[in-house]
Amino acid sequence: MRRGAHHLLRGLAARLPKALVYVVGIVLSLWVLAPLYVITLAAFSSEEDVYDYPKRLLPQDLSTETMRFFLDFPGMTDALWRSVIVAVVTLAISLAVGTPAGYALARFTFRGADTVRLSVVATRAFPIVILSIPLAVIFIRWGIDDSIQGVSIAHTALALPFVVLTTASVFASVPAELEEAAMTLGCSRATAFIRVALPLALPGLAASAIFVFIISWNEVFAASLLTLQNRTLPAEVLALLEGAPLNFRFAGGFFLLAPSVIVILVIRRYLFTMWGRVVR
Amino acid sequence: MATVAQPATLGRRLRRWEGLPYALILPTVAYLGLFFAWPMVQAFELAFRIDGKWTVAPFRTMANDVNFDHALRFTLLLVVVIVPIQFVLALVMALIANAKVRGRGLFLAIFILPLAISDLAAGLVWQAILTERGYLNTVLEKVGLIDQEYIWLDPTKSNHLLIAVVVAELWRSTAFVMVIFLAGLQGIPHEYTEAAEVFGAGLFQRVRQVILPMLKPSIQVALLFRIIFAFEAFAVVLAITGRAKTTLATEAWRWQAEYFDSHVAAAYSALILILSLVSAGLVVWLLRTPREQMLR
Amino acid sequence: MRRIALVVAAAACLAAAFAFANTVGGTAGATPAATPQSMGSAGNVVFFSNQLATVNETSQVRSTLLKGFDGNVDFITPPVGQPQVFFNRVQAEAQAGRGTISLLGALHGDYLVIQQYLRDLSPVAKQLSKAGIPKDLMALGKLGTKKQLYIPWIQATYIMVANRRALQYLPKGANVNALTYGQFHQWAKNIATKTGQKRVAFPAGTNGLIPRFFQGYLLPSFSGGVVTTFKSKGALAGWLYMKSLWRYMHPQSLSYNFMQDPLLSGEVWVAWDHVARLVNALRTRPDEFVAFPAPRGPKGRGYMPVLAGLAVPKTAPNAAGANQLIRWMLGVGTQAKTLGSVGFFPVVGSRLSKQLGAGLLKMNAAVGKAQRANDALKSLLPVGLGTEGGNFSKIYTDTFVRIVVRGEDPQRVMNEQGALLQAIMDKTAAPCWAPDPPSRGPCKVK
Repeated sequence: MRRGAHHLLRGLAARLPKALVYVVGIVLSLWVLAPLYVITLAAFSSEEDVYDYPKRLLPQDLSTETMRFFLDFPGMTDALWRSVIVAVVTLAISLAVGTPAGYALARFTFRGADTVRLSVVATRAFPIVILSIPLAVIFIRWGIDDSIQGVSIAHTALALPFVVLTTASVFASVPAELEEAAMTLGCSRATAFIRVALPLALPGLAASAIFVFIISWNEVFAASLLTLQNRTLPAEVLALLEGAPLNFRFAGGFFLLAPSVIVILVIRRYLFTMWGRVVR
Repeated sequence: MATVAQPATLGRRLRRWEGLPYALILPTVAYLGLFFAWPMVQAFELAFRIDGKWTVAPFRTMANDVNFDHALRFTLLLVVVIVPIQFVLALVMALIANAKVRGRGLFLAIFILPLAISDLAAGLVWQAILTERGYLNTVLEKVGLIDQEYIWLDPTKSNHLLIAVVVAELWRSTAFVMVIFLAGLQGIPHEYTEAAEVFGAGLFQRVRQVILPMLKPSIQVALLFRIIFAFEAFAVVLAITGRAKTTLATEAWRWQAEYFDSHVAAAYSALILILSLVSAGLVVWLLRTPREQMLR
Repeated sequence: MRRIALVVAAAACLAAAFAFANTVGGTAGATPAATPQSMGSAGNVVFFSNQLATVNETSQVRSTLLKGFDGNVDFITPPVGQPQVFFNRVQAEAQAGRGTISLLGALHGDYLVIQQYLRDLSPVAKQLSKAGIPKDLMALGKLGTKKQLYIPWIQATYIMVANRRALQYLPKGANVNALTYGQFHQWAKNIATKTGQKRVAFPAGTNGLIPRFFQGYLLPSFSGGVVTTFKSKGALAGWLYMKSLWRYMHPQSLSYNFMQDPLLSGEVWVAWDHVARLVNALRTRPDEFVAFPAPRGPKGRGYMPVLAGLAVPKTAPNAAGANQLIRWMLGVGTQAKTLGSVGFFPVVGSRLSKQLGAGLLKMNAAVGKAQRANDALKSLLPVGLGTEGGNFSKIYTDTFVRIVVRGEDPQRVMNEQGALLQAIMDKTAAPCWAPDPPSRGPCKVK
């Protein structure tokens, strides 16, 4: 009898983790989704409905007036396109410049490694709001003011620390022995890096790519300061929301986050790369 | 093996080159130096220099200000409360997304969504949820838990605002830490955790003794950034508490944007930088990997 | 090898895209009606304004106010929640020695801070001498100097708005259009005790304008002055009044910036704010709200006008075009259209359009009542404070937070804050301004 119960318990204990995963996972999912649902609901409400109380919890009488406003607003498609270019360029430059640095920090132990790590992080520790005026003066003087190039350069500077440290942490967990093995078989360091280390570190690159895109896409302060006539999407949208009714403000938020969501969902599968196999 | 042609020789020379790591980090350092060094030097100067004269007046003004103690205390409180809770939460989420269950792809997709939300939108939505005539009260009244709207964001009741900010910040930024953990978890070979399971280790033991140590680099990175961001906590606090609570970053912004005193703003920023660096240094020292320990 | 070649090729494509990036898009915010190629006699003018920056207002500016102007105007506003972008941009262009902005639109208080970057517009003022701009407003545009640093453009003020549901709780005999602060306090108390909820609020949030309430409404009404009477018995009575009122105020007041939102959601029934921050409520539900002037205190019914102006930065690339645009914006036709659906009034006396709508007509009526009342006590805007304008408001906000929210000893707080106030006056050597009696030399806190 006791042995039977013991079996039962062990069976339960074996299954418990799985059940626990589901329960906790669902609870957390609901917690994450609820505010997103609110944003979507409010973004598609009319000005009268959004101020009602009790708040409407179910979609009824949805209105696309706010979305249509943003889509029809002159200059919005230009701003959208500019944001895409800025994000892509920022992605390319920061990954190209930052990944080697991450690799260096992970693979080599050299004097000053910690200093570099701290300095790179320190650039993000200073509130950018305070750096604004000197930064803008530099850009105006160099003639890259009010341009997509200027914003990309600024965004790359903001995103580099993430790329460097995230890739470093992932390269650190990829065993160096694999590259050593490849090199003893005749590969150059570069080839070993590209064919062995990089694919295994793809989750780290994917994570970095997500961070960089988000940072660039959502960045509004530097973008507003450095551009007047060639604004990116957040700068353009947020310029419209001063004193706006609540449904417009939510719509602005929704309008800005929709493209990010798409990009994240596309890149996320690469977070799952395990030892060369892409697992869905 | 392969013919010893020019590229192979170059490759071999490259392999043994002492300066390789420095060459690899040079572009990054140069880029950041170019764009941040000069503004940071100027901003620092503002904190120590007024009209050309060296002085500590900005720091004195900052320390004597009516709001300084409150800002410092609330900022430290936020760091100390949010970071540990967030790390546990992020680890749980990463483990769930990494677990061998059906639907983990869906879990990951959901958990990762808050990353796309900007500070502004996060503050806006949580204010709309927690405000007196907001979504939370609507739900609670519908379910019958309360009769009259409760003021969650009441500055006169202790800890209400702190909890509200903590919940909003946890919601908004845990995804960031989770992604770093997940990327790190991918590097841990199956065999280690499976071996532990075979030897009878329970879930918690496996996490504590196998996963966490191997996750150290990721924890270090996530901790570094999370602490930096916590010291710069700003938009969400502003949206939810308004003038009721202030943080160091809020005060820095206010002295710049409202009082037009760049000197005191720079002083606050210098303080934020120092606190961040000290914490970051602590993290790097406490979580150094054995290889780095050897170099010391 | 092939992979490396592919990577290099991709990089080259990106570099090319980067280099040609600026040919995409063109200028943002182009007016829907104007053809981008038409330059007109004024040429291209970049008009950077932190006023008329709401959704409705900007589209009004572009489609109505700028229509007919002989030039190509880019009307650009800073993003919400980032007011410092306006100042930082102006300062950065000044420090760099060259800029994109030709015309600025901002408040009197904003110009105090950036006055050293502005051109002297005396020639333009001379051309506008027959436009009908009141002399006292033009004088404000000199910011205490001999140069005309901005041309007055539009004005506004602060009023109170109440939900009709609140009117039944007014104390007996009180007329909402002629309240005293005592009656107001009783009203707040009635609402709180009879409904169980505190429905009176002020914009005490981070971007809320409550400092102006203290400077232009509460303290002048209780003490008769702003600076000289800072430590007086009247001022103490005013702060004690606020402290008592706080018990019946909505606790979330500390996070309200624009009172129209909580009014519309029903969280707040009675509010004070800038007209532009109440207009949404009055416009969308004119039958639900009433607008009325602020209450009267022992020394009168204090009120404060708000003045916005047009200025030209020294680094303006097209100053001539900017001047032309200034004259256009001050034209009778444009000024009459200015009220439209925005919360601002023309500086030039003109007939107001009948297409205002019920809500705005009410607002206009409330403002008129306040200013024409025989107990009206006008509080002017400071002129001599320069960059200390922000610190000046901080004195009042901090006094409020310390006495009312944190419950510190009122007299001690007033003494400490009064000392800081005197320090600002001494540092800027600013003379007193209305409602304080004029002074020779820096204003003194008695």
